[in-house]
Amino acid sequence: MSDVFNDVPAGTHPAYASPEYKSTMLRAPSRPLIRLPQTLTEVTGPRPGADIVGPTEADFTKCHGGEALGERIIVTGRVLDEDGRAVPNAVLEIWQANAAGRYNHPVDTHDAPLDPHFEGNGRVTTGEDGSYRFQSIKPGAYPWGNHHNAWRPNHIHFSLFGPGVATRLVTQMYFPGDPLLALDPIFNCIPDADARARLVSQFDIDVTQPNYALGYRFDIVVRGRHATPMEN
Amino acid sequence: MPGLTSSQTVGPYFHLGLIRDGQSSLVGPETKGERIAIEGLVIDGPGVPVTDAMIEIWQANAAGRYDHPTDTQDKPLDPAFHGFGRAAVDKTGHYRFETIRPGAVPGRGNALQAPHIAVTVFARGLLLHLNTRLYFAGEPLNETDPVLGLVPDEARRRTLIATPVATAPIPTYRFDIRLQGPGETVFFEI
Repeated sequence: MSDVFNDVPAGTHPAYASPEYKSTMLRAPSRPLIRLPQTLTEVTGPRPGADIVGPTEADFTKCHGGEALGERIIVTGRVLDEDGRAVPNAVLEIWQANAAGRYNHPVDTHDAPLDPHFEGNGRVTTGEDGSYRFQSIKPGAYPWGNHHNAWRPNHIHFSLFGPGVATRLVTQMYFPGDPLLALDPIFNCIPDADARARLVSQFDIDVTQPNYALGYRFDIVVRGRHATPMEN
Repeated sequence: MPGLTSSQTVGPYFHLGLIRDGQSSLVGPETKGERIAIEGLVIDGPGVPVTDAMIEIWQANAAGRYDHPTDTQDKPLDPAFHGFGRAAVDKTGHYRFETIRPGAVPGRGNALQAPHIAVTVFARGLLLHLNTRLYFAGEPLNETDPVLGLVPDEARRRTLIATPVATAPIPTYRFDIRLQGPGETVFFEI
């Protein structure tokens, strides 16, 4: 018997072809995916070290000799599997726009200022209890070309290596009460309302640090495992 | 039971958080095995190169063992090989990795899998990454590989086979990834 990762519940992930998000239309596969019963290749997976993803960087608020502009935030949470078990040693890679809604990236031409003291990326590894924590600046909203007057809600990108190839996850964390969420095709391409709600972080006064930064909680849940007779 | 976290697109700015120098070479001077390069082009439905995709690969070492605690085979680990690589495509849609040819690993049952590399594709416009596999042209084990056997159509199966395009300075295999349309790469639900 070997453990394989559970099937993904219907409605959790967006469909590849999601017409409201126009870029999917020329990039989504037109053929149905072929189901591959997991083998050793899929139940194992990368555990990249600092030589590959870079050293730990859990404070995005200071760089190049100064403090970034904007509203300081602390983001913390746990990486768990569907059975509620902590996922230790998971590498989280994180990137985001600055407070003005501009990425420190050559492709971003939005007419908003760059911040010389904010790069907007970092990496953390979960502890034995699956927890992580970093501090940053609340990212600004920004316009994009999907449709007339389209604006992305405030969001932070997360990339996560869980225990295996089958748990690889890239997602975005949103902020509570953002009026742009209801209008955002990328967020709303997720069919299941509860699954959408789970991408919205929760404000937490206990995480909030007095006289310093607002606190948000965001847990990430990867596929759980069950035993299967892989030998047969 | 906590609910699974949904996938969202990597977007156009992923380089900022994910791309570092040296990620596309999996080998060092001490790495055991036959050195190879893998290169290819990512194209969209109309056949236009995708210039903002990211490719990740995961593979066994030359002996056919994964550097992962779940792989308990009685085969040697290689301290100079960890099996993970990442590359952003360039402005023309091309990517390239330097690695070693992986050994064969077991499949389900008594099956032996042909040497292969797990390939994952991320891009703006992909709300969920795509999983595929790279196999090597001319490998006799391809004939009995259980995953290739899941793809009955010969032309579709060919989209999973990397073909040799150069022998010097190192053997180089070509593996294009067609996201959509004629010649669309086979993608797997895992």
